Amino acid sequence: MNFVFSSRAKLVSYILMIVGAIAIIAGFFVYGENHHARWWSNMMINGFYFLGIALGALFFYALHFATETAWAVMLRRVMEAVFSFIPYASVVMIIVFIGSTFHWNHIYHWMDEATTMQYVTAASEGSAHPDYFYSLEAAEKAGADVMANPSYDELIANKTMYLNKPFFWIRTLIYLATFILFGNWFRKRSLKEDEVGGTEIHMKGYKRAAVYLVIFAVFSSTLSWDWLMSIDTHWFSTLYGWYVFSGMWVSAMNIITILTLYLISKGYLKEVNSSHLQDMGKWVFALSFLWSYLWFSQFMLIWYSNIPEEVTYFIVRINEYKVPFFGMFIVNFALPMVVLMSRDAKRNPGFLIAMGTIIFIGHYMDTFMLIVPGVMEKMAFGWLEVGFLLGFMGLFINRVFSSLAKAPLEPQKSPYLEESLHHSI
Amino acid sequence: MAEMTHTNRVIHVMFDDDLKLVGAAKRLVADGIQIKDVYSPFPIHGIDPIIGIKRTRLAIVSFMFGALGLSLALLGMWYFMIYDWPMNIGGKPSFSLIQNLPAFIPISFEFTVLLAAHGMVITYLIRNGTLPGMPAVNPDPRTTDDKFVIEITDQENPGASTETMGVLFKELGAIEINEKQLAKK
Repeated sequence: MNFVFSSRAKLVSYILMIVGAIAIIAGFFVYGENHHARWWSNMMINGFYFLGIALGALFFYALHFATETAWAVMLRRVMEAVFSFIPYASVVMIIVFIGSTFHWNHIYHWMDEATTMQYVTAASEGSAHPDYFYSLEAAEKAGADVMANPSYDELIANKTMYLNKPFFWIRTLIYLATFILFGNWFRKRSLKEDEVGGTEIHMKGYKRAAVYLVIFAVFSSTLSWDWLMSIDTHWFSTLYGWYVFSGMWVSAMNIITILTLYLISKGYLKEVNSSHLQDMGKWVFALSFLWSYLWFSQFMLIWYSNIPEEVTYFIVRINEYKVPFFGMFIVNFALPMVVLMSRDAKRNPGFLIAMGTIIFIGHYMDTFMLIVPGVMEKMAFGWLEVGFLLGFMGLFINRVFSSLAKAPLEPQKSPYLEESLHHSI
Repeated sequence: MAEMTHTNRVIHVMFDDDLKLVGAAKRLVADGIQIKDVYSPFPIHGIDPIIGIKRTRLAIVSFMFGALGLSLALLGMWYFMIYDWPMNIGGKPSFSLIQNLPAFIPISFEFTVLLAAHGMVITYLIRNGTLPGMPAVNPDPRTTDDKFVIEITDQENPGASTETMGVLFKELGAIEINEKQLAKK
């Protein structure tokens, strides 16, 4: 059966997008201080949050292929629809990075030459566009009269081997291109399988998925260093990549569950039974634990050793963002633990939807905490943040639903379809 | 008749395939016959609701043991590290349980898991009567290898016997039917 993107759902998505667009445009003019820091960080929060959801869905899609998971085959189209959002979120990320590169925003202060160049010409020091030199030799060659750059930051300068604009862009484009290519490949083969059947496409997908998992294992870590950890340039954590990845994954499973329940409530996906729901509930439950475990591991080690270079990250968050910082940890850990622990709760659509909404907001706050404290000193949350989130939700709903409507909601000829139909635990 | 219907006999119907057993169990239950239990070398998917076995309460036991473990761990650490011999933890001499909580979480977690897991296993073994050294209650050793047995008693099914139901069992694919007279209660 094909999903029909009803005019009511379309209207809702357009209203959300219009509300978002108004907030985004108005916010740009209202919050102009510090190079629109608040506006740009909101752009990045939402871009990354929804990109993370889409990437988590693509990861789980590859995982269920590589492990030949049968039960999840029924939900394959839902996952495909969610990861069809990767290109749109990628565009948002690229806009943010273009803004950073051309100094329209100061999300990444390592992108500013003032921090990485050791010398500056005495004449231009303090002007709008000073002439920097990275060494005395270079300055001599140019015949410039230089002095030590007062804003030179040795820690950042030592990282320029990795954190420099060209290499950053190469990595970013490779990540996004890889994700889009693999997403399209899976989607195309999945649709082709509907026509031709057989096991050949399945076996190809099995191999391709294993390759993707290896690539994503590396890229999920490095992209979180590049895009998020480098916001707090001085600080580093070896756990960071896993922590960001687990957040993506749990948000994705949460969205897939909510979407599936929505489709069931509209009379689609009739073969999805309570066992499928329980398994999705288990994923949300278990991944909430994984996320909490990694969040806490990172926090505890830094709290315990109390080394100045490391604690800066948490000092900002605890001093200026105490309530959302600990609040989102409680929401993302304790609530799923208590509510989704029992078998009956995981089979109950009401519980899953209520918990899903809370987790959706909780992980939005988590993404907020990843980005904003590194960009702005003071907590700021108001209509701009809500407007941005609503606008991106509208776009997400619109794109995901139109992707859902393009193909039958159940894969027609997957070799594991029969097993998935009879899933029972 | 009353004595005849309650002779305390038990019938063991043996199958060589778990799916045949599931089919037979469904038929028997549909015919109004009570199945006491099923013996199998491995868990048969979906047999519990068919033969009317209630959902296990082991999860609740596990939760209670886990909660006990968590409380004991916190109580212990409070006593050792805060009350009896106050420790300077992580260079932060706060001497308060709540402020030192991050340092205590790993132990609380481990002790919760330890008690939940062990409590669950021991409860399971006791309730099943399968603690090491306990006598086996298995009706036929072959059910630990490759055979499957449905157990029916004439206490639950008055008048049930091999004579009355043997044909039905054979029809359902039974490979062997044994009837045993248990000691009178």
